[in-house]
Amino acid sequence: MNSSVIVFPGSNCDRDIAVALEKLKFNNKMVWHKDTDLPKSDLIIVPGGFSFGDYLRSGAIAGKSNILNEVIKAANSGCLVLGICNGFQILTETGLLKGVLLRNKNLKFLGKDVRVKVTNTDNKFCNKYKKDQILRLNIAHNEGNYFTNKEHLKELEDKNLIPFKYCNENGDVNEENNPNGSLNNIAGIFNEKKNILGMMPHPERMLDKIISNDDGANLFNSLLN
Amino acid sequence: MKLILVKQHLLNLKKNKLKFSVKVTLKKDVLDPQGKVVQQTLNNLGMDTLVNLRQGKYFEIEINENDVVKAKNKIEEMCKKLLVNLIIEDYEISKLNK
Repeated sequence: MNSSVIVFPGSNCDRDIAVALEKLKFNNKMVWHKDTDLPKSDLIIVPGGFSFGDYLRSGAIAGKSNILNEVIKAANSGCLVLGICNGFQILTETGLLKGVLLRNKNLKFLGKDVRVKVTNTDNKFCNKYKKDQILRLNIAHNEGNYFTNKEHLKELEDKNLIPFKYCNENGDVNEENNPNGSLNNIAGIFNEKKNILGMMPHPERMLDKIISNDDGANLFNSLLN
Repeated sequence: MKLILVKQHLLNLKKNKLKFSVKVTLKKDVLDPQGKVVQQTLNNLGMDTLVNLRQGKYFEIEINENDVVKAKNKIEEMCKKLLVNLIIEDYEISKLNK
């Protein structure tokens, strides 16, 4: 499977993703934001970090970069796109995913492990997980408070476009187990065709039991499936 | 001669330049955590008549155009394309120079 990782000034999870993809035998290329050509890709990853120093709004400047035009074209023709953390913010700024990520409700930068429930496995990104499986994933963000209008939120719930929700060890999805104030405990969403996934937790940090756990590995294994 | 031409060109540029300001604010229903903290701090400093404070962004934009309507349309385009996230923010354009 051919993958491309887009790199911006300020990206800091790009290498972690590359290591993850190489470990799982993806044929991966790193693509600089100024490039105007995208290598042939089955999967495009927009990584986490602080692209362009979060100037203006998180992801706003990156969303207007050269390569994003190509990413938008590829995404619209069905290519799989995964935006993690700042990558999720960039995808909302381009309009590939609807909604917006606001400042965390408690005003704090959150860097910690949280529990996340897999609420939809019928898609390209989560088919190796079990339905309602509880993962321990790491979050590291200041703007992860997902917000959208009522109609879109209803559409997300009705069409099963929310694959990940924050929960506790027992899988309870409620306000108490919502780290950032995100609507309906949303940790990740799909577009309508489910070829674009944006998520705040970092699956690439959970690939090896030696340093953390391997709860993130099955996301990448699903893509290979 | 060259110098005079350059000076003339710069003068023309000045004449054609219009200046606008853009005020970007969070929509009424959107939580403004930064504004809240600033308000709390001012309240702590004894500003007890302060009842509400919202924080926003301010841009000053010079544009090489002498037609106000055209210039305003261009600024409008800048707002929609980059400066403002219309899901959560409102904006207000004002002309600055005469």
